[in-house]
Amino acid sequence: MLLSVKDLKVVFRTRRGPVEAVRGIDLHVEAGETLGIVGESGSGKSVTSYALLRILDAGGSIRAGDIVYGGIDLRHAPERQMADIRGREISMIFQNPRSALNPIRKVGHQIEDVLRRHNRATRGTARAKAIEAMEAVKIRDAAKRYDAYPFELSGGMCQRIVIALALACDPRLLIADEPTTGLDITTQKAVMDLVSQLIRERGMSAIVITHDLGLAAQYCDRIAVMKDGEVVETGRSVDVFTAPRHAYTRRLVDATPRDGASIRSLLPAEVRTPELTHTPSPEPLLRVQDLVKTFEGKSGPVHAVKGVSFTVHDGETVGLVGESGCGKSTTSSMVVRLLDPTSGHIMFAGEDLAKTPAKAFARDPRRASIQMVFQDATDSLNPRHSAERSIEEPLRRLAKLSSRARIDRVRELADLVGLPRHLLDRFPHQLSGGQKARVGIARAIAVNPRFLILDEPTAALDVSIQAVVLNLLADLRAKLGMSYLFVSHDLHVVRLLCDRVVVMRDGEVVEAGTAEEVMEHPSHPYTAELIAAAPRPPVRHQAA
Amino acid sequence: MGRLRQISKRVAQAIPVVVGVVIISFVLTRALPGDPAVYFAGATADEKSIAEVRANLGLDKPLPTQFLYYVRDLATGDLGRSLSTGQPVTEDLARRLPASLELTLCALLLSCLVAIPLGVLAATRPNSWVDHLCRVLVTTGVSMPTFFTGILLIYVFYYLLGLAPSPLGRLDFIYIDPPSVTGFFLIDSILAGDWETFLGALKQLVLPAVTLALFTLAPIARMTRAAMLSALSSDFIRTARAAGLTWRTILFGYALRNAMLPVITTLGMVFSFTLGANVLVEKVFAWPGIGSYAVEALVASDYAAVQGFVLAMALLFVALNLVIDILYTLIDPRIGFAD
Repeated sequence: MLLSVKDLKVVFRTRRGPVEAVRGIDLHVEAGETLGIVGESGSGKSVTSYALLRILDAGGSIRAGDIVYGGIDLRHAPERQMADIRGREISMIFQNPRSALNPIRKVGHQIEDVLRRHNRATRGTARAKAIEAMEAVKIRDAAKRYDAYPFELSGGMCQRIVIALALACDPRLLIADEPTTGLDITTQKAVMDLVSQLIRERGMSAIVITHDLGLAAQYCDRIAVMKDGEVVETGRSVDVFTAPRHAYTRRLVDATPRDGASIRSLLPAEVRTPELTHTPSPEPLLRVQDLVKTFEGKSGPVHAVKGVSFTVHDGETVGLVGESGCGKSTTSSMVVRLLDPTSGHIMFAGEDLAKTPAKAFARDPRRASIQMVFQDATDSLNPRHSAERSIEEPLRRLAKLSSRARIDRVRELADLVGLPRHLLDRFPHQLSGGQKARVGIARAIAVNPRFLILDEPTAALDVSIQAVVLNLLADLRAKLGMSYLFVSHDLHVVRLLCDRVVVMRDGEVVEAGTAEEVMEHPSHPYTAELIAAAPRPPVRHQAA
Repeated sequence: MGRLRQISKRVAQAIPVVVGVVIISFVLTRALPGDPAVYFAGATADEKSIAEVRANLGLDKPLPTQFLYYVRDLATGDLGRSLSTGQPVTEDLARRLPASLELTLCALLLSCLVAIPLGVLAATRPNSWVDHLCRVLVTTGVSMPTFFTGILLIYVFYYLLGLAPSPLGRLDFIYIDPPSVTGFFLIDSILAGDWETFLGALKQLVLPAVTLALFTLAPIARMTRAAMLSALSSDFIRTARAAGLTWRTILFGYALRNAMLPVITTLGMVFSFTLGANVLVEKVFAWPGIGSYAVEALVASDYAAVQGFVLAMALLFVALNLVIDILYTLIDPRIGFAD
């Protein structure tokens, strides 16, 4: 056994007294094995990994338990010995690779720092060895990239540098903490494939920490599921995914979007209600024609959107799919009239909205009919406004209601989105992620819009909450007869909610069709690539 | 090549600032109450002699004409003649500006040498006794007026202990001024190989420099602490720790370099206000600096001297901002010069 953790407890000192982040967990990793630790935010999975290396943030400490790595007691090893182990025996890769690298030091030098620290290179050989380490993670033109700063590299390239840095000294155990969060789906696949290949080639062990059960099931030998600082279930990946024993694991498996799942099947079985039907009419509500947006960049014009056309029928939900930089956000900003197009038409209910400048549209009577739900529920709420005030805001500006009627309307909206009324007085920091998402949705539908733009509304949410929010959106659509433009990078999620899908790449539409058609028989190779890149968890043969 | 062009572009951007300063300083000095003709004609002067003095000074001409003369002289590098010292303003400035700069730069150097380590130390142990001690120390420094600190230091080190020389200017009368090259006595005496004068100048400099340094400790130390705290909690520090880098490398190689940007910004601001505000220290230590020169000139409505002073300061600040911008680009590759 390479690593064994017994009864590990980690406590954080906070202003409100000590908080137990990890409450007595047992884990072990065999030589050559990859262990996945899966859990939602706040489950203590990352804290566990920091505790293994004793790099907990200020205020955190190991309260109890044993951590033994190759016969060494990591909990009690002197700091000097620990520093030798970090990076040489056990190393780590992180989420958000760009911020995980020193922003003002050349990436090559950062790899050199590690090599020289662990005496793997001298001043003379460091450069060559660093380039070698970069080539090992399949960085093309490594010698040229050596002199680059992190901000000059793409997210995927930065993650390769972080991996090169972690593997430079041939560690025996690699800990990957959400290694693909913040990366595009095709980059995610490339990075995970690379990591698993390197692990196999070098005979290393690994711990992969992720919130994505599908990803863990695909790349790990065993999975430990964590909830509230405890391990609730451990087992072989296939078993955990296909025959979950613990109720929480079952809920996680259910909530993970996958092939053949319906939107209701994401919810726990006991709360599933019959799906409400919505019937799109053949009448077009929104028709986008040859929409173009060109930004004036420092080094010439940037063509963000190059002539995009699509239609959304009344009552229909259309998915706008693509990776970062494909122009989907620019397109949605233009449609919601926050940004002026360079050219093109936005025909909404028979009128061309592009004729009204974005600045004037805020006072336009048609403002109420097009609303938006933003990506980050936390950042898009004013931290000093209560939930009630946030939901009320558009009513004050766009609806002529007495203050009494406004309060009634806010309560009605809270009921509609399933936000308990007693939470209306709370401020964003006192609400959970799911509750904030509900506030954002209530605010968007407050003025009875006909058309809602959903900009990755579940990207920042845990899967179980994502399942609830997606179902809420589906119900609201049926009840209120709204049409949606659903902007997302995740085809699995898009498929659950959307009637039709538009796939964008480099500012152009590469494919459009019904969700079924596009997912089952993609006509463009890029769409096929996107579909193939999504993690493919083992399918449960028998619904339990 | 590209960088050189960008620097010259930055310098060109400063031209409107300098033009504005020339106009505003000219108008403002004339808008001030007080009539130099009356001042210089003396207490016993009558209407006629005052008018005579006014005509001699060229103050009887209309303002636009006076301004044109001023600009014409400026173009030839002539800042006019100071009425109170009787010297050309350029000569006065050339003698007094280095005195102020030498004092300010030494004070800031001293301040940085103390404040940056203090800030780093406080940031590595937030809310410990070291942190609290730093806070008390720098708050005391900034809370005491410089003239008071100066007098206190003179009382203790000159009067009581007799360690410091008499606080009368840049050099005791037993020394001869070093041949002027840069105007900085410390540098000039080294250039002349005159170590005795160097030591003499250094002794004179210590007390006023310490006085100013105490006053400037606070902003630099506090900013260092805040910048270090945020740098140390960054993701890349965790990466560095997980890679086993030594605490030394992490602290100085990674965190401190990232924390330097806000510190340098603060340093630039501190330098500007110290240079303007050290007139009190100059007065206490009889330091022949530019601050006391400007105040005296202002009291006497000595137009040429005031204008010369304001212009010199403006040029200095333009140069200072340029230096800070260049330092930025050297430290942080993300900052393009053009922005």
